[in-house]
Amino acid sequence: MSKHDTTAGRSPHRAGAFDIRTFIAMLIGLYGLVLVVTGLVSTSAADLEKAGGVNVNLWTGIGLLVVAALFQGWAMLRPLVVPEDFDGREDDQHGAG
Amino acid sequence: MVLAAGDQLRLDANWVDYLLVALYFMFVLGIGFAAKRSVSSSIDFFLSGRSLPAWVTGLAFISANLGAIEIMGMSATGAEFGMPTMHYFWIGAIPAMLFLGVVMMPFYYGSKVRSVPEFMRRRFGTGAHLVNAVSFALAQVLIAGVNLFLLASVVNALLGWPLWVSLVIAAAVVLSYTALGGLSAAIYNEVLQFFVIVAALLPLTLIGLNKVGGYEGLKEKVTAGPSGGADLSSWPGQALSGFDSPLLSVIGIVLGLGFVLSFGYWTTNFVEVQRAMASESMSAAQRTPIIGAFPKMFIPFIVVIPGMIAAVTVNELATFKENGGTGGSVDYNDALLLLMRDLLPNGMLGLAIAGLLASFMAGMAANISAFNTVFSYDLWEQYVVKDREDSYYLQVGRVVTVAATVLAIGTAFLAAGYANLMTYLQTLFGFFNAPLFATFILGMFWKRMTPTAGWMGLVSGTAAAVTVWLLSGDVLGVIGIEGQGGAFVAAGAAFAVDIVVSVAVSLMTKPREYGELKGLVWSLTPKESFQDEHPSRLSWYQNPNKLAGLALAMVIVLNFIFA
Repeated sequence: MSKHDTTAGRSPHRAGAFDIRTFIAMLIGLYGLVLVVTGLVSTSAADLEKAGGVNVNLWTGIGLLVVAALFQGWAMLRPLVVPEDFDGREDDQHGAG
Repeated sequence: MVLAAGDQLRLDANWVDYLLVALYFMFVLGIGFAAKRSVSSSIDFFLSGRSLPAWVTGLAFISANLGAIEIMGMSATGAEFGMPTMHYFWIGAIPAMLFLGVVMMPFYYGSKVRSVPEFMRRRFGTGAHLVNAVSFALAQVLIAGVNLFLLASVVNALLGWPLWVSLVIAAAVVLSYTALGGLSAAIYNEVLQFFVIVAALLPLTLIGLNKVGGYEGLKEKVTAGPSGGADLSSWPGQALSGFDSPLLSVIGIVLGLGFVLSFGYWTTNFVEVQRAMASESMSAAQRTPIIGAFPKMFIPFIVVIPGMIAAVTVNELATFKENGGTGGSVDYNDALLLLMRDLLPNGMLGLAIAGLLASFMAGMAANISAFNTVFSYDLWEQYVVKDREDSYYLQVGRVVTVAATVLAIGTAFLAAGYANLMTYLQTLFGFFNAPLFATFILGMFWKRMTPTAGWMGLVSGTAAAVTVWLLSGDVLGVIGIEGQGGAFVAAGAAFAVDIVVSVAVSLMTKPREYGELKGLVWSLTPKESFQDEHPSRLSWYQNPNKLAGLALAMVIVLNFIFA
């Protein structure tokens, strides 16, 4: 979340200045972690039978961890830059654009 | 929508499930606090400072509509009718969303209006504006209350909590983040909610498909079911439209659902358009509904398909369907919940519950944030307290958010007591929507259209829709159509009457000075103001028209694959 210094005399407009991608990565990542642990520790035979032999928690958890890593990677590779002018028209300055 | 009573749907949630739900609530509130730091003016609060990137507003655009009625309702329709339900997405949403992005967004974003009713006021003056703003505001409170009631009744069915407990908790959470961070908080949460909803429904769909033996297995089971193979092809969809003739059914779906109903909803509904208005540039505003179209066309696969799976694998529901949708203690509306109960272990179950809560709260927060903008800018600032400093209207916005939430709780309790009344009221507000598109599109492209024609077209179009509805099989039964088919015909009548009346009245009354209509009417607006300063610098995926073409091609292919 880098941000240039604000120009003097202008109140900063930062409505878009926090990065939702890190929030998504954190929540999805935590979900993945909890599900992987649940899948490894407490999958009963009944659970397996219920879902047709698949360890649902384990596989969903792994999938969520991958998605979380992708979001974190995206946020780190193209960090958010907030343009100075309020009307900021230049798309290519936005990592998320 | 009424859910099965008793313990039929009760889930054995354990502490892991509650942990996942609690985590979700923490993040939702966290986003509210993070967004609050960036609110320094009323434009920040109501329109996110017009600063959001297109992928964020595009996902929020979808998420705002992915509420209770969408998820539970579409899986129920999927369980009942099968593949024809896809029309609500591929015919009834995508074309209108693309049209909004390509044709109408330049007017909304380029004229710098702050709401859809405000565009109405600048184009037609106060008559049409009042009709639009007041009916919209009332409808939002009503729908927010219905969303809230559905949330509480799902939590009640799944976890056994008393109705009022979940009602108050959910309302308090939505209130905290929308009052703190305004539209930014609502939009960022909608993006988060989108991923939680997908994370809940995608595994459920895959597990369900695995259990029935893949898509081929599902086809076999559906063919063996009560409908035969009709549930497997989306066209001509007679069961869905209620028309006996296949030709009329196709015409009804394409014109009624695909043109009048969906264009009315997607292109003039401020809940949706507000998300695009919050974006950072003209091309981003145009791309908002177009980017949203790509996930939108695949959402039915994780909503409709689970409904179809539930109808063949869940015993109670399969019996219900064999009996022609009568008797038994469950209903199509329970499809998704029954499938969760039958397939998911603890852990994944918590994620699924979080996903459902996310969907309900996304819908409600979208209604509240659109309501407070229209109330503050279009009603309060316009007609009650004019010309105060900006911070005053920011304060009004926060107070109105609280008031709207309290009203929504009241509506939810009303819905709990008088379910039929709510259905009628929702139908009624649907009628206000029907003629809006006609008035907007005519007003945007015909400079001669007069302010008097603006409000008279709206009123007479609404009256036409109400008349058709009163005559239909749903009420008096004078004309032999009902249900979805009736809604298609009512919307069509509203559209036609609105156009005819608007043209006739315009020719008899005095048009506005053309100078005042710059930015509001196509032929009176310099074409440069409809695009970014450097359109040639945009790459193909930033070009709204090319993206829209791609989306259209994809949705046509999908229609052929599942025809």
